[in-house]
Amino acid sequence: MIALLARDLKLSVRAGGGALIGVLFFMTVVAVIPFGVGPDLNLLARIGPAILWIGALLASLLGLDRLFQAEREDGSLDLLLMQETPLVLTVFVKCIAHWLATGLPLVIAAPLLGLFMNMDETAIAATTLTLLAGTPAITFIGAAGAAIAVALPRGGLLVSILVLPLAIPVLIFGVSAVYAAIQEPAPFLPPFLILVALNLLFAVIGPVAAAAALRLSSD
Amino acid sequence: MSEPSLAIRKFSDLANPTRFLALVAIVWPWLAGLTLCLFAVGLYLAFTTVGDYQQGETVRIMYVHVPAAWLAMMCYTVMALSALGTLVWRHPLADVSAKAAAPIGACFTLVALITGSLWGKPMWGTWWVWDARLTSVFVLFLMYLGMIALNRAMDDPTRAAKVSAVLILVGFVNIPIIKFSVEWWNTLHQPASVIRLDGPTISAEFLRPLLVMAIAFTLLFFTLHILAMRNEILRRRIAVLRRHAARAAGREGDAA
Repeated sequence: MIALLARDLKLSVRAGGGALIGVLFFMTVVAVIPFGVGPDLNLLARIGPAILWIGALLASLLGLDRLFQAEREDGSLDLLLMQETPLVLTVFVKCIAHWLATGLPLVIAAPLLGLFMNMDETAIAATTLTLLAGTPAITFIGAAGAAIAVALPRGGLLVSILVLPLAIPVLIFGVSAVYAAIQEPAPFLPPFLILVALNLLFAVIGPVAAAAALRLSSD
Repeated sequence: MSEPSLAIRKFSDLANPTRFLALVAIVWPWLAGLTLCLFAVGLYLAFTTVGDYQQGETVRIMYVHVPAAWLAMMCYTVMALSALGTLVWRHPLADVSAKAAAPIGACFTLVALITGSLWGKPMWGTWWVWDARLTSVFVLFLMYLGMIALNRAMDDPTRAAKVSAVLILVGFVNIPIIKFSVEWWNTLHQPASVIRLDGPTISAEFLRPLLVMAIAFTLLFFTLHILAMRNEILRRRIAVLRRHAARAAGREGDAA
């Protein structure tokens, strides 16, 4: 399993800077927003957390369709399916590798973009923390979508359509936790804990569903 | 095949598509007739009851809107049960049922959304509010469309059915989360503006036509559903026959 983790990490880092593309996309999305809503710094500071969250959501959807596609193309997916280790565990490890390669750079890039958005320190810290807790959930639930669409010739767009509705709760609680941290009366902890709980829930549902879908679409 | 073998004794006997088709042929005219009668009664009641003293005539939109919204949710439940049937019992008609239910559910959801916004314009003064219930129904609509797109994208019907069954079940887990999360996310907007049926919040004057319409909508759903299932079975048979014919034609061409 460690070997699989290392292999996936190496592949995603070396194959054309996959991680950097995600971060670049994230920065581009965030950079486009001020052109749309105008350079009003107060407005940007207010909607900044939401923009960062939406950008991170879109950026982590971007690479999801490649999660199982490359394995299917070179045939190693069949080897993974035939292994003695449970497929759920394999999928789980693959998700973690995918998150380390694409999700974690987004979290690291978030504070810098927060500065661009004129957010204050608490908002930046809260956004980074919630992104750290929330992006794995998007990866896990996205793995289910990627596994469902793996057999399709052009599944990329379909993955996004299928996964986005499922990722809505993560977005809602992530953003509401950030706003709870900024605005005084609302407590930060409850939405954040629900976000963590969603993360754990999707960590169970996502790999199980993805493993089932992979098995069904392979035979 | 002798005639008595078509008798249906157990639920699993329905697994034979021929038996199912025979049952459908008997049942559907009755279901359709009953649906029409109930719709006639329900619409008559809906248009003859007094209007609400605050909402006036627009309250009649409720008689279409509320049943459609219920059906939108029930249809997803039917799809989830069918998905379980596909994955657990490998019931051969379950995937037909799930596939046939998706467009119907999308239509009911669309009807609920459209009538809701027609009702919202005079009542709330706006076509659309990002209210908890509206948002979750809209997400449900998106999920139906994604499901239909997934089914269309795959060529092999049995594989498409299994894979979309997984998606349906994941979505079924997610629907309560979406529903409640949006309620926590945006509670200040319209707390109890959508009328609910918990007992005395609605008077018997409105309740009677509403219930009749709800039963009529449910029967309409089942009529459409079994007819759609019948069409799907026939479509698959025709596809198989065509494939056989094409293969036979190819063989003759080789021989000539």
